[in-house]
Amino acid sequence: MKYFPLIWAALGRRKPRTILTGLSIAIAFLLYGMLNAVNVAFNYGAEMSGVDRLVTTGRYSITQILPYGHAHQIRSLPGVTSVAASDWFGGYYQDQRNFFPQFAVEQEEYLGMYPEIVLPEQEKQAFFTTRTGALVAKTLADRYHWKVGDKIPMQAGIWPLKGGGNVWTFDLVGIFDTANPKDRGQYEMMLIRHDYFDEARQFGTGTAGWYVSKVKHPSEAGTLAKLIDNTFANSPNETRTDTEKAFNQSFMKQLGDIGLIISSILGAVFFTLLFLTGNTMMQSVRERIPELAVLKTLGYTDPLILALVLGEALLLTLISALLGLAMATMVLPSLASQLPGLSGLTITLPTIYGALGVAVLLSFIVGLPPALRAMRLNIVDALMGH
Amino acid sequence: MASSLQQVISVTAMNIRSIPSRLGTSLVIVVGIAGVVGVMVALLSMAKGFELTLASTGRDDRAIIMRGGSNDELSSVLVREQAQVVLDAPGVAKGSDGKPLAIGELFMITDVAKRGATSPNNVVVRGTTARVFELRPEAKIVEGRMFTPGVREVVAGRSAQRQFAGLNIGDKVDVRDGPWTVVGVFESKGDVHESEIWVDVDALMTASRRGAYNTVTAQLTSADAFQGFKDALTSDPRVTIQAQREPEYYASRSETLNKMITVLGYSVAIIMGIGALFGALNTMYAAVATRSVEIATLRAIGFGNGPVVISVILESLVLAAAGGIIGGAVAYLFFNGYTVSTLNMQTFSQVAFQFRVTPDLLWKGVIWACSIGLIGGLFPSIRAARVPIVDALRSS
Repeated sequence: MKYFPLIWAALGRRKPRTILTGLSIAIAFLLYGMLNAVNVAFNYGAEMSGVDRLVTTGRYSITQILPYGHAHQIRSLPGVTSVAASDWFGGYYQDQRNFFPQFAVEQEEYLGMYPEIVLPEQEKQAFFTTRTGALVAKTLADRYHWKVGDKIPMQAGIWPLKGGGNVWTFDLVGIFDTANPKDRGQYEMMLIRHDYFDEARQFGTGTAGWYVSKVKHPSEAGTLAKLIDNTFANSPNETRTDTEKAFNQSFMKQLGDIGLIISSILGAVFFTLLFLTGNTMMQSVRERIPELAVLKTLGYTDPLILALVLGEALLLTLISALLGLAMATMVLPSLASQLPGLSGLTITLPTIYGALGVAVLLSFIVGLPPALRAMRLNIVDALMGH
Repeated sequence: MASSLQQVISVTAMNIRSIPSRLGTSLVIVVGIAGVVGVMVALLSMAKGFELTLASTGRDDRAIIMRGGSNDELSSVLVREQAQVVLDAPGVAKGSDGKPLAIGELFMITDVAKRGATSPNNVVVRGTTARVFELRPEAKIVEGRMFTPGVREVVAGRSAQRQFAGLNIGDKVDVRDGPWTVVGVFESKGDVHESEIWVDVDALMTASRRGAYNTVTAQLTSADAFQGFKDALTSDPRVTIQAQREPEYYASRSETLNKMITVLGYSVAIIMGIGALFGALNTMYAAVATRSVEIATLRAIGFGNGPVVISVILESLVLAAAGGIIGGAVAYLFFNGYTVSTLNMQTFSQVAFQFRVTPDLLWKGVIWACSIGLIGGLFPSIRAARVPIVDALRSS
């Protein structure tokens, strides 16, 4: 540690250069932090979703509709504690571009099996007693400036009303948040009641898009999924049942390999950075050859010189990496509010560890060649060179 | 004026000729900017390819008719009576059989795994008729044969067949109510339909127990006939339906994803650009510092400040432009024509598309590179011109 002032002084030797180099490293880690947060947000929903919940859809596609009778049959299976019929409302608020998911659900069953959704008891009861009631996520309420008591007109994208009308008006009876703020992106949605929806829609009455069931023991989930599908096998409405986790994961896979795209971008960023900083480090050591020779003359050992130059690279990279992550932390909240469905963007601990790992690796790659060069200096040549 | 131009040329030429002796530091600018431009062009070429695939779908003289208020084919429902109103509307062209050339189609989704994977993907099943080739002359069977009316047979779009497993001729694919046989492959000039599989509309109605279409696509007598056709439909009190020109509809279905990738591409390019700018500044400051004596000498023998400033900026610009061109070229070599398939949330279905590195993207890349180079050269050049000549000459 006693060599710290020496390393620090070496960094301060040409301040503008050190600052510019540090800033370009910081920028790389800013990107690292932001892109990783996006990647985490995409995967997080799938990773965190319940293994004690099953999703039953039509065998050929989630877009098929299933008879409502399926709900009773699934509910009667041993090991299933509750079932909630769900439908995709698929409407929009004012403009098609205002996209957010709206689900018609069986209110009590649904809220009962999603403890991650939290709202005041009074608002929950209001939802149970108001047929035209709706709940929205806090992030949505903030975005569209909704408050409890508002009437929200929704344009039907799929389901017109019985009379042929296209505008459904819901009473906003509650605003929910998630128990863990990180879940916000996953539950950025509007909930309406399935019973009212089913009765008021022009066609499709007596069906549901899919069923979510809660199982008593998560360990039985796989067996129960098979049991449900077997129950409806060879019927006109065959099903496909998965744990919610597997269901969400396979849905994410449909988007393509987001992780691959993000790591490709980051690969290019760090490769570029390697060039920028590597060169500066070399240059900085080259300029200091006489000084290093003096240190050696004073009795600094070869390994110590190596360590000093490496330490310099390490210190600069680490400080810059932390600066970059700090910038990302500051930028993310405003970015998240612009990206529907990604309200939970944050820097996670693994991201920080990853960044530190990359920083150490980076400092070795760029620091080692000049450090070796400094270590192998021949004192006489180095002193004479000047 | 002429003499300062000469000065600029001679100093710049001297600078540029000396680049090889400072190859390492000069490469920093080239590689740094190549990285920025490469990433930007690659990301934007993804957005461009997706946009072009959707925008190239359909023709101006064809209209797609959906339920009023629905956003896309999947969420639209048209009962037979509504479809009949469309067929009878003014402006619909007659087919070779003398009947209105318009087809009521089913648009469904079925789960198909990608090649080498097992998880399901939303692939479009379009229920149509054999007249589809008269309605969409850009489509044609390139392998096997067309499906037989009323039979559970499938013709697969070329892109769908390449991206997804089990869509080769002879394979069985789950459509509705059990497996259907693939009997042919069609191409459609690389548009959206190539990501679909087509089946007989009546066979699909039976298998899915559906009685209504999703949409009707109509050939109009001419592109100009659209307004009259649309007005006739929207003013018809019997139906609530909407008509759109095909290209408008399909282009609108690329908005969200396109915006997302474009925003990502530009954000990354801007942030990376700032990082590269710091690198460029570093390099140019160093370049100026190592040549401070030369520059001071030039100024001492009568070269003006202007030519010195401009020559440094030009050097930076040349290096940056080289980086921009290399970055664009790398993006072109690695990504142009690369095919991927993703879920288009606006149609809830898989669309295969190619990355397209177009000339305008390459041009954007070079412009971006030059902007970085310009700023990267500006401040160091000002410093070069400001250092008192005597100090600079003494500093050695």
